[in-house]
Amino acid sequence: MTLSALARRLWVLAVSVLVSSVLVFAFMQVLPGDPARVALGINASEEAVAQLRADYGLDRPLPTRYLEWMNGLAHGDLGVSYLSHLQIGPLIADRLGVTAWLVGAGMLVACLVAVPLGVLAAVRHRRPSGVALAAFSQVGVAIPAFLAGILLITVFAVHLRWLPAGGWSAPSSDPVAFARALVLPALSLGLVQGAVLTRYVRSSVLEVLREDYLRTARAKGLLPLPALVRHGLRNASIPVVTVLALQLTTLLIGAVVVERVFVIPGLGSLLLDAVGSRDLLVVQNVVMVLVLAVLAVNALVEVCYLLIDPRMRVRRS
Amino acid sequence: MGTATKRPVVLAAVTLALVGCSAGSTADSAGSAQEGNALAVGMVAEPTNLDFTTTDGAAIPQALLTNVYEGLVKVDESGAIVPALAKSWTISPDRRTYTFELATDATFSDGTPFTADDAVFSIERVKQDWTTSLAAAMDVVTSVKATSPAQVTVTLARPSNDWLYRMTTRIGAMFSRTGVDSLATKTVGTGPYTVDTWKRGDSLKLKRNPHYGGTAPYFDSVTLRYYKDPTALNNALLTGSIDVISTVQAPESLAQFTGDERFVVTEGTTNGEVVLSFNSARPPFDDVRVRQAARAAIDKKTLLATCWAGRGHLIGSMVAPTDPWYEDLTGVAPYDPAKAKALLAKAGTPNPAVRLRLPTLPYATSCGQVVKSDLEKVGFKVTLDQLEFPAAWITQVLRGGDYDASIIAHVEPRDLPTLYGNPKYYLHYDNKKVREAIAAADAGDEATQVAKMKEAARVIAEDAASDWLFLLPNLTVADKDITGLPKNSLSESFDLTGLARS
Repeated sequence: MTLSALARRLWVLAVSVLVSSVLVFAFMQVLPGDPARVALGINASEEAVAQLRADYGLDRPLPTRYLEWMNGLAHGDLGVSYLSHLQIGPLIADRLGVTAWLVGAGMLVACLVAVPLGVLAAVRHRRPSGVALAAFSQVGVAIPAFLAGILLITVFAVHLRWLPAGGWSAPSSDPVAFARALVLPALSLGLVQGAVLTRYVRSSVLEVLREDYLRTARAKGLLPLPALVRHGLRNASIPVVTVLALQLTTLLIGAVVVERVFVIPGLGSLLLDAVGSRDLLVVQNVVMVLVLAVLAVNALVEVCYLLIDPRMRVRRS
Repeated sequence: MGTATKRPVVLAAVTLALVGCSAGSTADSAGSAQEGNALAVGMVAEPTNLDFTTTDGAAIPQALLTNVYEGLVKVDESGAIVPALAKSWTISPDRRTYTFELATDATFSDGTPFTADDAVFSIERVKQDWTTSLAAAMDVVTSVKATSPAQVTVTLARPSNDWLYRMTTRIGAMFSRTGVDSLATKTVGTGPYTVDTWKRGDSLKLKRNPHYGGTAPYFDSVTLRYYKDPTALNNALLTGSIDVISTVQAPESLAQFTGDERFVVTEGTTNGEVVLSFNSARPPFDDVRVRQAARAAIDKKTLLATCWAGRGHLIGSMVAPTDPWYEDLTGVAPYDPAKAKALLAKAGTPNPAVRLRLPTLPYATSCGQVVKSDLEKVGFKVTLDQLEFPAAWITQVLRGGDYDASIIAHVEPRDLPTLYGNPKYYLHYDNKKVREAIAAADAGDEATQVAKMKEAARVIAEDAASDWLFLLPNLTVADKDITGLPKNSLSESFDLTGLARS
């Protein structure tokens, strides 16, 4: 039954959220370094540190603090940063907006690279050009996004001076600067992801190429590529879309690193800064937002499976 | 990150260690820096908020002191104490009473004039409301009075030369009586600039203070952009996003600027002594012979060339060359591996085991390997350990004292007393002679101060209280038409007021 299977998925999601929130909270407690001590400086008196810990609420029992955090989350109140004294909710929303641009643009680049290259590599898989494409995508997979970023900066920013080496401008304040700032980070994220995706597109298309209906289409006189475009691409796209969704997670993590390389004030920069300065409440909430994003994507993928493929419903119920 | 440095001790190292930010209404960090009469400076550590009265770290005063907030006195390029908001001052014969004559043309950025009452308010506020450890330097003050609208008299519990010096740091900053309600986000100071816009994670933009009493600065606005990654900072200058790099984080990267006629590289000095600290409270470094052996075993000249591209200065004790009591003490413990072996044999421990716990800071990680190798050549057995800085290092080494040796830059100016005058400090160095010399220096006149500080510096050098690897250089790179850059970094502030374009 679709509905009960769906309910089951939601139940699993709820439990996952709860378990991860406990884990995230617990990890904050074992991070070495006292936020009050970092804020007050290394020679601060014990009284001053104790006072600030009390102000932060760090002196209260762990279960109380956990429940308060959960209660706040449920009401959309993430608390106040220890160091900047700003509301954490708007802070994260602000940074999330930047990271979303980055992930979205990276995803677009990945698709623009992977779909044509993957199809080509599949259609020509026995020819040298197809083999070369497959090998090329292997190389791409092996390059980390930050390395790609550094290479792109060296070539296009430092030497050719076509694009900025880093920085960020909001799309509303200066669209041209925004677009220029987005190109290199999106490329460094998207090219690597695109290389990964190319392999999935290739194998997925190869599989479809061996299907009977495509052989029939070709027997009717269609050339391989038109036959594929007309009859096979939709089928081939199902596993690719799944992989794409799951890659969102990788893209998010890649964005954290790329933000550092390109000096972009997104969620990743916020997280790294907060970890360094032991702004634990910020760390806790950013990590939770990332966990929620990953869980939500995974749940969506599973729900899509259920909707698309009736066999899944039967097997799981 | 690294964040706190100019603190009583170590936090300045954070600045040296890490990254930063953006632009205001006229320029975005992705765009060009030179729109209108504007300047963009690349910095490393971004402030977490704008309130240095309750938040520690070097980043806030670096951006705001001198530029936005001014003190009664400040240090100049040569390390001397010179007038700022006070035109002049006198010290009573018993050296306990300081009378400051204030400038009468100073105005806060909200338009209210600066008066003696503001000075009294600011000094008293340090004792009452400041929470960071630096505020303790004001404890020696017993009373502060406005003796006329333009005269302030401060009385100390005992004579203290150090107090006037600390007045040049952030604790001497003058605040408006009506401008301290939201210090974390709003600044009201008497300096030539005010905070215009702040893009968190990106940049802090300062613009001219329309009410500034002195000569207006050359630039209408200065944007401080923050880069946590040294390569990103370098690239920003290479691509024209910024005009100045305030501190070069990786000296080996200077080559790309020295060979480029667009830029000028300047090397000056700092107050940042890179110290190989010994834990004198436990074996093996509780034995002076083992400490001396370690000093003789390390070839500082080669070390500096290997791990900091030869940039920096060799010092033989805890004194920077810009302090009045500096003398060259590098000859006290010359490189002599044979002597090191002999000292270890004499101490009865030819192969002492040492745990060298390094903070994750560039100079510490790169120099740690050289130190380990030099020590092992004479018989030490060294275990290397990396601790995340600041939080983990502070917890385990500085607070916990769980280490045999460490490497850290102590960047607070004139910090010999902090390190070697307090046996409870993490070095656990305990020497009555040194403590007495420090106390006499603080209480005496200038000649006594110089003589006594020299004495203390020599004793700790002979006693091998630490090894002093080198003094961090102040390396700046700027577009070649930028003038007025401070050569030495002796103050907590990155002074923007004298910058211009030729």
